[in-house]
Amino acid sequence: MNKIFLINVLLAFTWCAVQGSFTFINLIFGFLISSAALWLIREQFGTSKYFNRTWLIIGLIFLFLKELFLSVVRVAWLVLKPGQSYKPSFISYPLTVDSPHEITLLANLITLTPGTLSVDVSDDNKTLYIHCIDVEDVEALRKDIRDGFERKILEALR
Amino acid sequence: MLDIFLGCLLIAAAIFNLIAAIGLLRLPDVYTRMHAASKAGTFGSGLMLVTIAIHAGEINIASRALAGVAFFLLTAPISAHLLARAAYVAGIEPWSGTVRDDLKGHYKDKQGHLSSDDD
Repeated sequence: MNKIFLINVLLAFTWCAVQGSFTFINLIFGFLISSAALWLIREQFGTSKYFNRTWLIIGLIFLFLKELFLSVVRVAWLVLKPGQSYKPSFISYPLTVDSPHEITLLANLITLTPGTLSVDVSDDNKTLYIHCIDVEDVEALRKDIRDGFERKILEALR
Repeated sequence: MLDIFLGCLLIAAAIFNLIAAIGLLRLPDVYTRMHAASKAGTFGSGLMLVTIAIHAGEINIASRALAGVAFFLLTAPISAHLLARAAYVAGIEPWSGTVRDDLKGHYKDKQGHLSSDDD
């Protein structure tokens, strides 16, 4: 996977060398052209997995931006509405992802999404404790995380 | 035209930062306050930096501004998590309106060793 990315970067540098101009824009352009070249040979040399994964990561970034915006609007409403009628709670979330960098990514994404804040991970990396600012249905929230971010992370990083 | 649009974005970003500040004052306990600081604050500051990146129109300024956004997105959740965790380990009581506390009794000692849900 990383090998194909390196080939992609190498081809971009080759493009710059052939063009004789090492500007940033030209490097980006060379990168796009060489990814197009790699895409053309996806059947013969098996580079399609690389492109699938790139799409999944881009999808994860857009899902994250959407959720971040929704969460900001929701927190802004909670802050500005009169009265203190929200129901905060600490909930536990059983983790499916198990490697440290996946847990870090998931915890960061959870913190930046609507109404949730990761507080701590248990010592055995099996449970993530989340503080929710206003939660109606705990099971629905767990299901949202499991089918949303956690599945996307598993798809994109494995 | 672009300037007007960018000005609106900048004002929106400032309003989100203002909401984050109001949230820090208005919300009832440290855990709920972290929500306002981590989300609205990050979004407001990030939006400002993106606006600057577009307005400058030069790669060296834009790349620094976008690096700033990336660092905000990486560090704000970590600081919120550490503050909330430190508060809980230190024994600061959640607000009385807290409806459910799965974390209760799971911290084994003051060093913050945390047991899992099932044991």
